Amino acid sequence: MTVRLQYPFTLDQIRSLRIGDRVEVTGRIVTGRDRLHRHLAESDTVPISLRDGAIYHCGPVVVRRGREWAVLAAGPTTSMREEPYMAEVMAKYGLRVIIGKGGMGRATAEACRRLGGVYLEAVGGAAQVLARAVRRVLGVHFLKAFGTAEAMWVIEVEGFPALVTMDTHGDNLHDAIEDRSRQALQMLLKESRVL
Amino acid sequence: MTSSGRWSSLFLELIRRTACDLPSDVERALKRLRRREPAESHSRWVLDTLLANVRLAREGQRPLCQDTGAPHFYLTLPPGLDERPLVEAAQRAVAAATRAGFLRRNTISTLTGREVADNRGEGLPDFHIERHSTSTIEIWLLLKGGGSENVSRQYALPEPSLGAQRDWGGVRACVLDALVRAQGMGCPPAILGVCVGGDRASGYLQARRQLLRPLDEPSPVPLLARFEREWLRDAERLGIGPMGFGGRGAVMGLKIGWLDRLPASFFVSIAYMCWACRRRGFQARRDGSGVRWQ
Repeated sequence: MTVRLQYPFTLDQIRSLRIGDRVEVTGRIVTGRDRLHRHLAESDTVPISLRDGAIYHCGPVVVRRGREWAVLAAGPTTSMREEPYMAEVMAKYGLRVIIGKGGMGRATAEACRRLGGVYLEAVGGAAQVLARAVRRVLGVHFLKAFGTAEAMWVIEVEGFPALVTMDTHGDNLHDAIEDRSRQALQMLLKESRVL
Repeated sequence: MTSSGRWSSLFLELIRRTACDLPSDVERALKRLRRREPAESHSRWVLDTLLANVRLAREGQRPLCQDTGAPHFYLTLPPGLDERPLVEAAQRAVAAATRAGFLRRNTISTLTGREVADNRGEGLPDFHIERHSTSTIEIWLLLKGGGSENVSRQYALPEPSLGAQRDWGGVRACVLDALVRAQGMGCPPAILGVCVGGDRASGYLQARRQLLRPLDEPSPVPLLARFEREWLRDAERLGIGPMGFGGRGAVMGLKIGWLDRLPASFFVSIAYMCWACRRRGFQARRDGSGVRWQ
């Protein structure tokens, strides 16, 4: 079953989500990666309100077509690089939904639990499937300062597919998988059938 | 068309084909993995999405992934042929491919922190030139994304934390450990290029070069071919799965190369490649005619 999530995201809607739920996000979201996160953590202002909104860890391929921007590819980038900033950025600007890939750390999981947020993962590298969920570009900030990949693109998405991997209940889908893989590694290292 | 113009168009075509389509052996490997994953599982969902993505990219001639990667060109040239016109043609093609949206503006000036407008920077694109004795020119391009490069690793054996000694068992421990450390961050199902031996620089280059090998082509060294097969099965037991969401299919290829080493050094270098293993090549005559795509 797929849960539809519509911006602005309400606390009730977010609290009802559990890790392993598939969702489809619709509405206005912003992209941002390393430089934007650092900027948001160090600053107190943001060009548009992020309250009850979503930030997508993504550096899209965007080209200018006349007066419009066309998003040609828009998959997620590795979220772990934003781990040093994420909890603070969520708290400061009231973000409820983080979208990225690869999993995040304890501080973000704790922020999701404490502040009522979720971390969603889109399929890494699925830039065409995900670009199709982008309806249009509403605007862009920090394009000159940060460059195309690092800019804050304000986009409207429809039915953007993702998986809940951190929820408001303190659960992280990757924890169990990582623990099991470490145990399996220990088992495999004990097997001495090489040569 | 002049020879230089022909080479620029050829390189542009190479970039387009590499960025916007997956080699058929990699697509087949993804399909094989998909068939094995249970319906309704996250791993099946991921693989369905990836295969749909490959189709969309191919049909629309758009980049498979928004991280269009670092362009690594591998040129094998006849003796005595000046490589500079080819390198310049490739650089012009990189700029043209950036304008056309086949490549993202993906190069950052380290000194200023600014984006390089046409992807022509210091050390990027990257060229590797070798010579052979025939008169044909062979060119390969590998586009390798930053996320997968970030989880690539190098070990200096012995590595006590893994109980890894200077033997094949130690190499196996490094390969499996690299996967555990990467979890879902390098966009698995991955292909691992491995080099045993060499120094820190040559070892990693040799590891990355292994990514040019087709998945269905085992190592010519029987011992390494056996490890490529067996360790792939071991890796399934880690249960990391596509995107680290769990399941068997975190690796679809393991390619092991080697270089000789100094007595004091025993490096194991691991080039982690995401599922979007974008490699493509062709052979041509010196004037850019007689092109045979690989």
